[in-house]
Amino acid sequence: MGLAAIDTTSPSGPSTEGLGGEGISFEGITVAYKGNVVLSDFSLQIRRGEIMALIGPSGSGKTTALRAVAGFVRPQSGRIRIGESDVTDLPPYARGIGMVVQNYALFPHMKIEDNVAFGLRAQKSPADLIAEQVKECLRMVGMAAYVGRFPRELSGGQQQRVAIARALAVQPRVLLLDEPLSALDAQIRRSMVEELAKLHRDLPNLTVLYVTHDQTEALTLADRIAIMKDGCLSSFGPSQGLYSRPPNRFTAEFLGRANLLLVKIEGPAGAGLVRVRFGEMALTVPAHPTLDVGAECLLCIRPHDLGLAEPQHDNRLTAAVTHVQWQGDHHAITLDCAGTPLRLVSAPLREPPAHGAALDLGFALADATLIPHG
Amino acid sequence: MAEAVLAGPVRAGGGRLWILPPLLMLAGLFFYPLSLIAIQALTGDGTTVSFEHFAAVFKSGLFLGALWHTIEIAVASSAGCLVLGFAIALVLSFVPFPGAKEIARFIDTFIALPTFLAALAFTFIYGSAGVVNGALVELFGFETPPVDFLYSPWGVILAEITVYTPFVLRPLMAAFSLIETAQIEVASSLGARPFRIIREIILPAAMPALLAGGSLCLLLTVNEFGIVLFIGAKGVITLPLLVYDKAIQEFDYTAACVIAVINVALSLSLYMVYRTVIARFGGRNAGVV
Repeated sequence: MGLAAIDTTSPSGPSTEGLGGEGISFEGITVAYKGNVVLSDFSLQIRRGEIMALIGPSGSGKTTALRAVAGFVRPQSGRIRIGESDVTDLPPYARGIGMVVQNYALFPHMKIEDNVAFGLRAQKSPADLIAEQVKECLRMVGMAAYVGRFPRELSGGQQQRVAIARALAVQPRVLLLDEPLSALDAQIRRSMVEELAKLHRDLPNLTVLYVTHDQTEALTLADRIAIMKDGCLSSFGPSQGLYSRPPNRFTAEFLGRANLLLVKIEGPAGAGLVRVRFGEMALTVPAHPTLDVGAECLLCIRPHDLGLAEPQHDNRLTAAVTHVQWQGDHHAITLDCAGTPLRLVSAPLREPPAHGAALDLGFALADATLIPHG
Repeated sequence: MAEAVLAGPVRAGGGRLWILPPLLMLAGLFFYPLSLIAIQALTGDGTTVSFEHFAAVFKSGLFLGALWHTIEIAVASSAGCLVLGFAIALVLSFVPFPGAKEIARFIDTFIALPTFLAALAFTFIYGSAGVVNGALVELFGFETPPVDFLYSPWGVILAEITVYTPFVLRPLMAAFSLIETAQIEVASSLGARPFRIIREIILPAAMPALLAGGSLCLLLTVNEFGIVLFIGAKGVITLPLLVYDKAIQEFDYTAACVIAVINVALSLSLYMVYRTVIARFGGRNAGVV
């Protein structure tokens, strides 16, 4: 049967009916528990076949948004669509979703094959199709040899693979992943991220909503990232763009680490560029569409975009070393630049700078982003 | 540590003496009276040990009827407790509504009440001169009370279900609390409707608690005396009631002792089943049943 068995575009699957256009659509969703608003007028479009990572600190509303798609949370207002159909008022079992949660939630009294077959049996699929589908899904996640085992006989990583196979077996219209790797140790988590990426390459039409607090998982897996804060959407966009051009301070600090320098725009410096002042230093950086001359704003430079000054660097900063830390595959150097702490990440250095040493740092124009302040 | 301090320094062989006080107490309060009953059952009023009294009892239609009623009522009541307990536990555990915890605690208090209280309450409600019959006679002018199930085995069964359901409810709710909500949610997301989730996810997880609670109910209802006596259902004689009749009303102590021994044997068998169920299926739920 091959991969077509779980191709979400297959017209034979009952759960694929209505799939088309955008995968998931939140339209002004508001959710409150006992008067406490946890998701406020939340709107987001997730395209068919993309992985959208929903990230944010605890209590930001990301899991609530996922549970609203699953049907476990009823919004006070707004609509949720999967494909073309409005699922806001549908019970969870009628939504055609697959879901994977942090603690796997495998059914402990069922063997692995029965766990994977559960959804298909619930949908009253023919027995031969169930057998074929279970075999194929377990093969895809590398668990074909474990069909006769019980969940308690598997490691955490293996259980999570089975949970993914179980979710895929029902040919879901969308796959909801709620912190699926949080319970795994770091090494297995890294390997599972790679496996999830491979899985999505194998199933390019599968829409995935991936809730995580781990920015690395989000950056590695997601086509686009939505960042939540206090029940609202703080920012969203393509992963790389959001990382390299954060639209606000929260995004800059939450998605990766950022050096943020308080600067003042002095005037234009050529096409699409402005001159900014940071203490005694004048810098030239790309202009921001909403920031005018005289505005105080933040200049964001990622730690790995800072380096020891070289001739090709457009901008230079002088800073004193306050701390040097070797972290295996890189050196992390903390510096003080006119009273602002800076962090620089470099390849391992043979002769790291001494504490207190003054360094000339440089960065390229393209690596700097102005962010509104306040 | 506390035990070691209380027991003082351990001397060779001295520790074994601690078994004597509980043993003497058990012997005086339990084994001695039980042995008197067993001896009376085996010897009657003579001195020769024989099973003739047992044979005579087993041939008696009254005994066989009582044995049948005992088992019939105990099985029906236990089944009723399981069904009702499971349904109530499901609602209290999985259907969030204000006051669920308070209701669970209120139901718990039933365990502390004497069993005949339910029979008394039923008499007030469903008895010949009870609230229901009074209202029906008043409204429709019946000549005789139309609701008369109370004085049949059904009345006894209903009263026993009321009294003993909490014995199933408590372990079931403890078992339900161990089921991860995520399992139920994932099952639902996979397309399972509530009935399938109950049948395939909740019921298997609750099976040890159901078996243990059911065995305990069976054990308690086999020996139930107060409810059967208080309701006084026509022709409903159970083994405990038959022992009472033989000993107190007919002064036939030998027959009473024979029936008591059979009742004890039945109870001990059921208790062994109960312990086996807990040992076999208890696992992590053993502490709650």
